[in-house]
Amino acid sequence: MRIEITGETAGDEHAMERTFRGIGVSPGVARGRVYVFSMAEEVVPEYDITAEQIAQEISRFEQALVLTREQLHEIQKAIASGVGSSAPSSILDVHLSITEDPAMIEPVITRLGTEKKNVEFIFHGVARKYVSTLQALPDEFFRERAVDVQDVGRRILRNLLGKEHRGPRDLPPDTIIIAHDLIPSDTSSIDRDSVRGFATDVGSHTSHTAILARSMNLPAIVGLHDVSKHVHDGQLAILDGYEGILIVEPSEQTLFVYGQIEVKRQNVEDRLATLRDLPAQTLDGHRIILSGNIELPEDVPGLLDTGAEGIGLFRTEFLYLGNEFPTEEQQYQKYLEVARAVKPHSVIIRTLDLGGDKFQSDGSAPMEANPFLGFRAIRFCLAHPEVFEAQLRAILRASAEGNVKIMYPMICNVTEVIQANEILSQVEDDLRTRGVPFDEKIHVGTMMEVPSAALTAELIAKEVDFFSIGTNDLIQYTMALDRLNERVANLYEPTHPAILRLIRNCVESAHNNNIWCGVCGQIAGDPIYAPLLIGMGLDELSVDASSLSRVKEVVRRLTHKEAQELAAAALHATSGREVLAMLNALIQRIDPDLLN
Amino acid sequence: MASPKKTSGPVIKELVVINRLGIHARPAALFVKVSSKFQSSITVEKDGEQINGKSIMGLMMLAAGLGARLTLIIDGPDAEAALRELEELFKNKFNED
Repeated sequence: MRIEITGETAGDEHAMERTFRGIGVSPGVARGRVYVFSMAEEVVPEYDITAEQIAQEISRFEQALVLTREQLHEIQKAIASGVGSSAPSSILDVHLSITEDPAMIEPVITRLGTEKKNVEFIFHGVARKYVSTLQALPDEFFRERAVDVQDVGRRILRNLLGKEHRGPRDLPPDTIIIAHDLIPSDTSSIDRDSVRGFATDVGSHTSHTAILARSMNLPAIVGLHDVSKHVHDGQLAILDGYEGILIVEPSEQTLFVYGQIEVKRQNVEDRLATLRDLPAQTLDGHRIILSGNIELPEDVPGLLDTGAEGIGLFRTEFLYLGNEFPTEEQQYQKYLEVARAVKPHSVIIRTLDLGGDKFQSDGSAPMEANPFLGFRAIRFCLAHPEVFEAQLRAILRASAEGNVKIMYPMICNVTEVIQANEILSQVEDDLRTRGVPFDEKIHVGTMMEVPSAALTAELIAKEVDFFSIGTNDLIQYTMALDRLNERVANLYEPTHPAILRLIRNCVESAHNNNIWCGVCGQIAGDPIYAPLLIGMGLDELSVDASSLSRVKEVVRRLTHKEAQELAAAALHATSGREVLAMLNALIQRIDPDLLN
Repeated sequence: MASPKKTSGPVIKELVVINRLGIHARPAALFVKVSSKFQSSITVEKDGEQINGKSIMGLMMLAAGLGARLTLIIDGPDAEAALRELEELFKNKFNED
């Protein structure tokens, strides 16, 4: 454990402009006040105390506990009266119970006497021990509950330190969230109205922070190394998601320069906004579907504002990552809300894709040596039919609206598709018997994100109604490349000849079987790849809200013929770099100022 | 399963967890809310490990999943009533599922 003493940073630092460079993963510029969001670590002072001071430390501890309970009761009251936090009241019961737990209080009092250290230090140690014990439990539902202990532990600690406790639920307006890393359990409860942008020490284009920011249409920067240690709550900051630059305490001059840049960018945004209601169609009349990716029903209005034709990927696992596992009814309500909101377009609901990075947080032990190759997604669902069936029932019930499709993640072979479809038809039989309405003709598709599936696409195509290629995972599995490992992330190559061949195989297999094939991975949302994907015959691109209008602009300046010629040439290229050069040249020609 | 003994010693009973997600945080909080109402000492044992039944951390550490067998050892003047209420919680799947 690392202990740091507060107050080590000089006051001068606050006044000086400082620039941090990382990777811009979601475009846009935000200005706001820094909020350092640390889930795992609070900076905890450590000092010796005398025997005479023990009683005083105990009394400080008791006061902090009383204050914590009062705060929790306040939040409960606010929830009961329908204002403020959306946290389930029962979780606050858990937090309250922890503040009263003899197993939390007694070791602190005992160790104050034996170790003679300040109470913050002792309490932090006790809480950490419980958190790490919980995180080491073999069952994932129990492991997840470590978050609650962390959360209330941090609240008590902040009260001991005399700091204001702010969870992600009660942030001041215009906040720029800065963290070491963000995991879904942190961000699922973020107060969306107050946040203007995100910046993290670690991460890549495909990490959770990036995905979240793009779905919220907010700028974000990752890979800023240790920025979270160098900034403080309340500092003014400019976050430039285009350039990947975070400027803390900007000077007057910087503010002025950014003001001008913002005007220019606003002009581009205004131009793109005029495309909103125009179709995603090439100059020679080839039409594709341009839809969007979402994580939560709250993302729908922002996405539809961009002119998206429905939702090509609804990542449902985020519903599962709050403090409670969702019931069938809760899921149904969410799916119904989305289905109704996107009409007349449709929504593709991806079944649970839990596992891998979605559960890992900084500092916690990985639960599997290779989570990306482990027990997750459809593997987890087929092994836990009760969880899978509840989700399928909820989706089917919502499908009565007539515009819902189902998609299975991480399919590796056709057998898994057949097994999942069998469970689906059992659930359908059950609903039919009970007279519960659902869409009898609901379309079912698979994610194509594992090379073994992409290579056997013609077998899978016979069992489904559509494919959606998940390029992020397809690339990482094909290239044996951990996309979250900063040291190899630069090798990540969407244009690798192997990737193009796998995509081609998916598209051809789909079309030979009269089904459609789309892409919902990261490359769909990067306008530079749009000509290649269209030329290769993709029927649908599902992108993040922040990228949609940029992709549409490229599509509308392109001819289908030149896209097909480009794709043919790309498939003959010997390296990914060569393909990238072709793509850049084409964009330079048809939409040069898009890249600035 | 052993039936509750009406002796001067502790009341002991084995209960099986039947809610799907086991005794995670919320059920543990509910358990502690009930157990703390009683004067009796309440010990919960799982696979030889014993914890204080009035401690939410202790209960969470047991990681009692679906199908886990827990032995309640309740000692004190209101032991019978405590067992009745706690047994009810298990039966009602901690108001889950």
